[in-house]
Amino acid sequence: MRTFRIIGRNIRDAFKGVFRNFSLSLASISCITITLIVVAVSFVLSYNVDNFTNLVEKDVTIVAFLDNELTDEQIDEIRDQISVINDVDKYEFTSKTEITRDMMDSSEIFESVMKNWTEDENPIQNTFQIKVTDINVIDDVASEVKQIDGITLVKYGEGMVEQLISAFDIVHKICIVSVIALILVTAFLISNTIKITINSRQREISIMRLIGASNLNIRIPFIIEGLILGALGSIIPIIVTIYGYNTIYTNFNGQLLSPFIKLIEPTPFVYMISLILLGIGVLVGMFGSWRAVRKHLKI
Amino acid sequence: MELIRLTNVKKTYKTGVTAIQDLNLSINKGEFVFIIGSTGCGKSTLIKMLYREEKPTSGQIIVGGVDVGKLRNRKVYKVRRKIGVVFQDFKLLPKSTVYENVAFALEIFGVPKDEIHAKVLKVLELVGLKHKVKSYPSQLSGGEQQRVAIARAIVNGPKLLICDEPTGNLDPNTSMEIMRVLEEINKLGTTIIMVTHSIDIVKELNKRVIVLDSGRVVKDYAEGTYR
Repeated sequence: MRTFRIIGRNIRDAFKGVFRNFSLSLASISCITITLIVVAVSFVLSYNVDNFTNLVEKDVTIVAFLDNELTDEQIDEIRDQISVINDVDKYEFTSKTEITRDMMDSSEIFESVMKNWTEDENPIQNTFQIKVTDINVIDDVASEVKQIDGITLVKYGEGMVEQLISAFDIVHKICIVSVIALILVTAFLISNTIKITINSRQREISIMRLIGASNLNIRIPFIIEGLILGALGSIIPIIVTIYGYNTIYTNFNGQLLSPFIKLIEPTPFVYMISLILLGIGVLVGMFGSWRAVRKHLKI
Repeated sequence: MELIRLTNVKKTYKTGVTAIQDLNLSINKGEFVFIIGSTGCGKSTLIKMLYREEKPTSGQIIVGGVDVGKLRNRKVYKVRRKIGVVFQDFKLLPKSTVYENVAFALEIFGVPKDEIHAKVLKVLELVGLKHKVKSYPSQLSGGEQQRVAIARAIVNGPKLLICDEPTGNLDPNTSMEIMRVLEEINKLGTTIIMVTHSIDIVKELNKRVIVLDSGRVVKDYAEGTYR
């Protein structure tokens, strides 16, 4: 019961502290708000870049073109040979008839030209579409596939895919580094702002110490206050994230520049980011207070 | 029965200044003791060591059976809970009411609300400020503020009340009012140690008087012998 009363008092005192020292609280809250908005932008960017990378990686396929003279048995043999190559995830055979039909379905121009071709005249080749388990080994897999007898050509967007992915990778890493740096800077800034708040309340702390408050008695209300400041400071960044991202998503039709670069669906993405922002705000606020009050506890 | 014992206490600050030396002193439960002396004689250092704001450089200080000099920093609060301290500048929370200022000393220990209410009103009645519970310190006179500080210091029922020039900022009439309050508290069994510059007060109350000079006890007048 006594513990509950103490906790209740601490929470009440923390709220009182926030409102009684409102101008300083506002400074802390603004500091948290501004940095969390930048953190939110970095997060959204980082997750989307990660998403683009995954989409591109999933989409990259090695297409192996087969000699049209091959018999069904020889094709089966090639299938067996592909199946034993390391790092091959999935592979699928598409016959020239299927490809021709798909092309004719997709365009009237193709249809007008292709419908007159006889089986011998059709230059389209049978293919295997091969997916790899890891985009980084696509070169090795492609060259192994190329070695197989009966395969005349291998295509997988050589070079470009790797470049795109390494560009995404760099952006992703930059985002992660900036998020970490921003969190550290925020923690430091908040700690200093809260330090000013606490310095202005040195009298209160010294009275608490004099009447026999333990370090924990003194520290807890300030830590809860930091938690409240952090939570209040994350409100605007959360609103900005939810409305901002939804607006961007709607205006860009869910994609960036090309249909291949799809944005992450807003739900539940924005709520996850909001929770992360709230978590960072609260933790950073608590840590800032803990650090700031520490020096006043030495007797 | 002995409440405080100081044996061969010495205090030298980091600056090299020795504030207290060869100090031996014993104070019994229920006593009212004045500590007097010129500025810089070590009065404040002495009482700061009693509530462990300062540590002695050597010697032993026993308060209520606890060797406060050897007490670890994080355990100091345990002794402070048994001691009330009153200062010249009152040290009240300006943004809290009279009631909140006094209740604060009980709330941090998780005392139930009803009990807080009863105890706060009781001590405010004792110091004559029951009618000012809702006032803020800025709305009170100096004497009234000091009475609030005294109420806060005694609300926990401490065995010892240390007063560091509690009348230093007050006019003679108000000072005497405060002394009457302190006498009243002393009659209820609380030991009081008071540092003061006011010889008038010391003479008026006729209690035990310890005179310090250059960090040493130069005179120790028993109750009723200081003239």
